[in-house]
Amino acid sequence: MAYIANTPEDVSIMLRTIGLNSLEELFDLIPAEYRLQRPLNVPEALCELELTSQVSALLERNIGTDKRVCFLGGGSYDHFIPAVVDQLSARGEFYTAYTPYQPEASQGTLQATFEYQTLITQLTGLDVSNASLYDGGSAVAEAVLMALTVSKREGQVVLAGSVHPEYRQILATTLSNLDVEISTVPTPSGVITRESLAKALEKETCAVVLQYPNFFGQLEEVESLVQLIHEKGALAILSVDPISLGLLPRPGDYGADIVVAEGQGLGNPLAYGGPYLGIMACREEYVRKMPGRIVGQTTDRRGKRCWVLTLQTREQHIRREKATSNICTNQGLLALRASIYLAAIGPNGLRQTAELSTRKAHYAAEQLAAVPGLSLAYPGPFFKEFVVRSKRDPVQVLEAVGKLGYHGGIALGRWNPDHKDLILIAVTEKRTRAEIDGLVSAYAQALQGA
Amino acid sequence: MYKLDSPSLLFEASRRGRATAYLPASDVPDVSLESLIPAQHQATSLPPLPELSELDVVRHYTNLSALNMSIDTNFYPLGSCTMKYNPKRNERLAALPGFGAQHPYQTEDTLQGLLAILYDLQQILAEIGGLDAVSLQPAAGAHGELTALLVAAAYFRDRGEKRTKVLIPDSAHGTNPASAHLAGFETVTIKSDGRGLVDLADFQSKLDDEIAVFMMTNPNTVGLFDPQVGEIARLLHDRGAKLYLDGANMNAILGAVRPGDMGADLMHYNPHKTFSGPHGGGGPGAGPIAVRSDLAPYLPAPIVVQDADGTYRLDEDRPKSIGRVRAFFGNTGVLFRAYCYIRSQGPEGLKRISQHAVLNANYLMSLVRDLYPVPFGERCMHEFVASARGLARDKGIRAMDIGKRLIDSNIHAPTVYFPLIVSEALMIEPTETESRETLEAFAATLRTIASEDPEMLHEAPVSTPISRPDEVKAAKSPILRWTPEAS
Repeated sequence: MAYIANTPEDVSIMLRTIGLNSLEELFDLIPAEYRLQRPLNVPEALCELELTSQVSALLERNIGTDKRVCFLGGGSYDHFIPAVVDQLSARGEFYTAYTPYQPEASQGTLQATFEYQTLITQLTGLDVSNASLYDGGSAVAEAVLMALTVSKREGQVVLAGSVHPEYRQILATTLSNLDVEISTVPTPSGVITRESLAKALEKETCAVVLQYPNFFGQLEEVESLVQLIHEKGALAILSVDPISLGLLPRPGDYGADIVVAEGQGLGNPLAYGGPYLGIMACREEYVRKMPGRIVGQTTDRRGKRCWVLTLQTREQHIRREKATSNICTNQGLLALRASIYLAAIGPNGLRQTAELSTRKAHYAAEQLAAVPGLSLAYPGPFFKEFVVRSKRDPVQVLEAVGKLGYHGGIALGRWNPDHKDLILIAVTEKRTRAEIDGLVSAYAQALQGA
Repeated sequence: MYKLDSPSLLFEASRRGRATAYLPASDVPDVSLESLIPAQHQATSLPPLPELSELDVVRHYTNLSALNMSIDTNFYPLGSCTMKYNPKRNERLAALPGFGAQHPYQTEDTLQGLLAILYDLQQILAEIGGLDAVSLQPAAGAHGELTALLVAAAYFRDRGEKRTKVLIPDSAHGTNPASAHLAGFETVTIKSDGRGLVDLADFQSKLDDEIAVFMMTNPNTVGLFDPQVGEIARLLHDRGAKLYLDGANMNAILGAVRPGDMGADLMHYNPHKTFSGPHGGGGPGAGPIAVRSDLAPYLPAPIVVQDADGTYRLDEDRPKSIGRVRAFFGNTGVLFRAYCYIRSQGPEGLKRISQHAVLNANYLMSLVRDLYPVPFGERCMHEFVASARGLARDKGIRAMDIGKRLIDSNIHAPTVYFPLIVSEALMIEPTETESRETLEAFAATLRTIASEDPEMLHEAPVSTPISRPDEVKAAKSPILRWTPEAS
């Protein structure tokens, strides 16, 4: 039987020792009426050889970014992953350990997490980072909950319409049974304007959530927006793309109070949406209201530098219903991968990744805008992602582009009926000019006569 | 775990100019960057990340890994965490591009293999739980708790019922009350009785029409199956309330008892525990939830469905759904490994898991309980909670000392000081993948420790890279990142 070490002889010795006659008897303290009297109705067991061939065959049916060139983004990006990330994170000493409750037996995980926190503060320009949250979307909701505690204002949260629609849905779901109003500011021009934000801000506004670059790839006028938010005494929550920080200003430098991000792009595979990691960093004065695990430096009894889980009085296992959050794990392995990635590529590698993605995205945008039937939807500056307006139904266009070998973009109508003619296209450093030219031809073919 | 000194921090090993070219030169027409990204959107300097050679990075992390205990290297009887073997075959399959290279926004026609797997997993988790519908979206156990409570809240709201309270036993995981609070409920604590079970009288006295949900862990955190569960479910249902089953301890009852059959209306799974997903040094996990049909309309969207022609798709059109709790599909990698694990087991294998988990725990308990009394239960399920109260009183040996000393014998400490209803608690969960020899060696070590010099035990561990850290200092003046001034 898979993964069980006891031999029949072991079983009889062990049963005898505890005074039982059969394995079934182990469950005889459970009332018979609850006990399952039949085998579970699940598929029969497969040995490793069968499992490997059957599951591989199923996976082979997928037509992923290994079979079609990827121009999909929307918060999950096909960035290059250096081999060291896979090799080092595959060490069993890392991935088969658990939360470092025993620091003497977990300095590897603890130091790696302390380094992760440091790397995130270096990247974001904020004072402190936690050990990571579930993903970039739930991190937005956690940031808003945190802001509600920090600001003591409970009335209202303002959300830019240019924030990822799924992140906005998560926030709405999370707040659904609480007494907090969410006010979403529409962004018809692809960005939130200072005027529309000013109108939405109320006396009791607790926080404003902005995304930079935003869901459409556009660059919000963050400096001026954050200034306005602070004038009204609200907190500025910024959702960012960590790769963009090789080129764009750091959120701490333009005044963000809480920064969150989807960390997938930092060395983590697409993996159909997860596991990813939610990055969260904030100003030092808010650290005791921060959710999630945090690692701190201290010394041992011999005075040697070492690391421990710290500030645990914020957490559920001590505070129970008064905890800052219900979270009891981080995305340890993904945070480790993000750290190895950043350590491997360094500041120049991050810069190269950001710059190449920008250049290629702009080349692609320019070429696509010249295709009859396509035009750029928004006029503002963008980073590695942009929106095109299509004269023909995006779903049909993308299907045709797909058949020509490209995951050509995301039809935005799925989230907003007003966006039924829009396609979101992402370009990373991995795309070659030939692939981009190929995509442009595919679009041209799909739109012929439009 | 090797006994070596910690490597210096990445930042201390950094040397400016060491990093080499990483990516090829641009192959698109050269234009000035300012013409693409206006100056006010460009940072004036690079983030101050460390610069290292590739070999620096490899040695750094390889040496760091050697400072960890892990399932691959050590017996890890951390109660409540189900630290069972994490099969390598699942890792190899998850690394295939047919999984890893799938983007979450690919169209459904390009995802038929993966959606088939996820659809089957929904069906399998419904069957194992004895419930009707499953959402795979929550990202961790605690996230599943929160999601399920939001589902219950939406159900009651839809029925026009104002229910504001959630009942939680005093032996529960801290995530239960934290999740309930986050979901907007007031929490009411139910006492445990002298047997370590739900105090039925206390439960009944607190049951009123404002109760939405009772969150029960069964088997509970002292490792006992609470046979009152059916009665509790009946009393709740009579009042229109729901029974939530915290699935943290599903490893004890796989194939033997189904939560739905004992009256639960909704539950979460911890696939990283029960279904062998690697714990990753603290995550990722996943927290799929299963519910009865009356709660199904409120589950998060999307759910994988199969059309009459056999094709799979994501059903986003769920008008009563609570919405989303996570972006994209979920922690698919963890779910995929759970699927591989369940397929490796089959119906017989799943049943054997709980049988051997319970056998190992009872055998181990019988080898140590004379020195480490187990206050609740003659027999246990998949784990037991021993108390070091006697040792603490007579010799000053605390549960923490015992846990720390085990590390010197290359054994990870059990969970200590939880659950809160047992003083000097040592919560021990051996899991089904450990051998009799390992259990006996562990018992022998525990017995030796009970007779060791208390003064020495207060200093344990003595063979690890560090001695006990000063946790008070860490919390009092927190140092949460490296800065150049600090070194």
